[in-house]
Amino acid sequence: MKTKTSAKTIVILLLALLWLLVAFVPFWFMVLTSFKQSMELMTRPVWAFPDNPILTNFMNVINNRFFRFLTNSSIVVSVSIFLVVIISSMAAYVFARIRFRLNQPLFALIIAGLIVPIHVTLIPIYLLTTRVGIYDSLYALIGPYVAFSLPVSIFILTQFMRQIPYELEDAARIDGCGPMGSFFRIVLPLSRSGLVTIAIFNAVSLWNEFVFAFVLTSSPSTRTLPLAIWDFQGQYASDIPQIMAVLLLSALPLIIAYVIFQEQLVKGIMAGAIKG
Amino acid sequence: MAATLHDSSEARVVTHRRRRFNEYAVTAVLFLLPAFAFLGVFVLWPIIDSFRLSFYKWNGVDPDLTFLGVDNWVRLAKDGVFWRAVRNNFIIVFLSLLVQLPIGLALAVLLDSGGRKFSFFKVIYFLPLLLSTVAIGILFKYIYDPYFGIINATLERIGLDALTQEWLSNPKIALYSVIAVICWQYIPFYMVLFLASLSGIPAELREAAYIDGATENKYFWSIVLPLLRGSIITAATLSLIGSLKYFDLIWVMTEGGPVNATELMATYMYKKAFSSFEMGYGATVASALFIVVLVTALTVYFPLQRQEEDIAG
Repeated sequence: MKTKTSAKTIVILLLALLWLLVAFVPFWFMVLTSFKQSMELMTRPVWAFPDNPILTNFMNVINNRFFRFLTNSSIVVSVSIFLVVIISSMAAYVFARIRFRLNQPLFALIIAGLIVPIHVTLIPIYLLTTRVGIYDSLYALIGPYVAFSLPVSIFILTQFMRQIPYELEDAARIDGCGPMGSFFRIVLPLSRSGLVTIAIFNAVSLWNEFVFAFVLTSSPSTRTLPLAIWDFQGQYASDIPQIMAVLLLSALPLIIAYVIFQEQLVKGIMAGAIKG
Repeated sequence: MAATLHDSSEARVVTHRRRRFNEYAVTAVLFLLPAFAFLGVFVLWPIIDSFRLSFYKWNGVDPDLTFLGVDNWVRLAKDGVFWRAVRNNFIIVFLSLLVQLPIGLALAVLLDSGGRKFSFFKVIYFLPLLLSTVAIGILFKYIYDPYFGIINATLERIGLDALTQEWLSNPKIALYSVIAVICWQYIPFYMVLFLASLSGIPAELREAAYIDGATENKYFWSIVLPLLRGSIITAATLSLIGSLKYFDLIWVMTEGGPVNATELMATYMYKKAFSSFEMGYGATVASALFIVVLVTALTVYFPLQRQEEDIAG
């Protein structure tokens, strides 16, 4: 019995190490290569340590308007998150707290938005954007970003707000507090951790968003980080160390956030999956 | 003012309540308005407009659209590339379900049984979720590179030269190479999802099962697995719908090539609308994608819902 358990422990440990390898090796390749010269990659084994590690790849990326892309991403993401948090908390309050005949059907309609593929909206949104004259500007991204973040955010917040005790609101009502008052003074302050969760969840997914940014912007001055990576790749396709430096630098903000706020970030990223 | 003086207290309560009712109705409308405005403009209207455009021929620039009737839809029905894309989408669905969920579950069980000792593993396992899909796609494009990539280099190093491949340019295996990357990206997600529900199972349950003579295997199959039912269904649904909508990774790695070997509904739609400027036909492909996702979601959702009710009842 004893030998059997220890054999099993070894198998488990081996599997754990195997996956560790699978998960980590691509990162290792990225980091290792980003410090090499491009000639070095062709003449020496891929796994060799860089002969004399260089920072020129990173400097190139930074001098190539990296901070412009970083700023663009930050602006678009923070404005979108701000709007998503306000709009979805208002809608969630109505669904969780006010009883009326259309409550369930309207909520179901919003939830149905979860399955809509972005691509079915792409052509009309592109046409709308050009017609309104905001094509190739950061404004173009905010509308679709907010709209596609709403269903899951409203869903999570509604679940959250349903758990706040109704007695609190009843007490406030007796004291003459109307629905608006109880939203701002009771429900919203008590939903703070739910709001943080949806903010993190949407921030991570919008930070990495590709399709809308790809279709609705075109010039370097309006590109967000994922698109900057894409453009770089087109520009330096054969300079692999250069590309790896872009990948590493662009991943850094989230990795730093992960190191600092590990638990909260994981909880936020997983929030989208927590159903039923 | 004079009227209120003569009101009975009961009438006053009624007016009071009516005022309240109105206030709630006004709040409901005001608070829902922004959400429905955004969803209407950027989700609902575009879906309808896509269907409308699917009946026209249009290059996206001309002021005039040519009405075609159902010609685009007939063309779609006969379009071999489109059906290939649908097939590829469903291959991704099935392989994702078959590979991601079991490995995700196995890793979750492993981390759960290891407790705190494994927290380092957890940190590393989670890393792929922090990279954008574009970054993952480009990273793996170079990992798969036949000359400078690490896969062929490693195979040669350990004497398995025979296994080296042109991973992304061989039409026979390109799709599977890409699916392997999809698995790499999403397995950690399902792992964390399962881990969350595993840690919700009380430890007493395991003790009780062992006291009753259950083996570890038995405990897993007849107690843990049924308790995970909810999260397995969630994971399967997410994986299913996500796989049908797939775009970013494939676009970055292969753009649907070589010769449509990795074409998906979404990449095909993008090419038609934005590379060859057939907006009408692109809209047709987009609408078809929407129909496929909707039908699949409904076919999965309703039987599951019924089953859920059976269990609850």
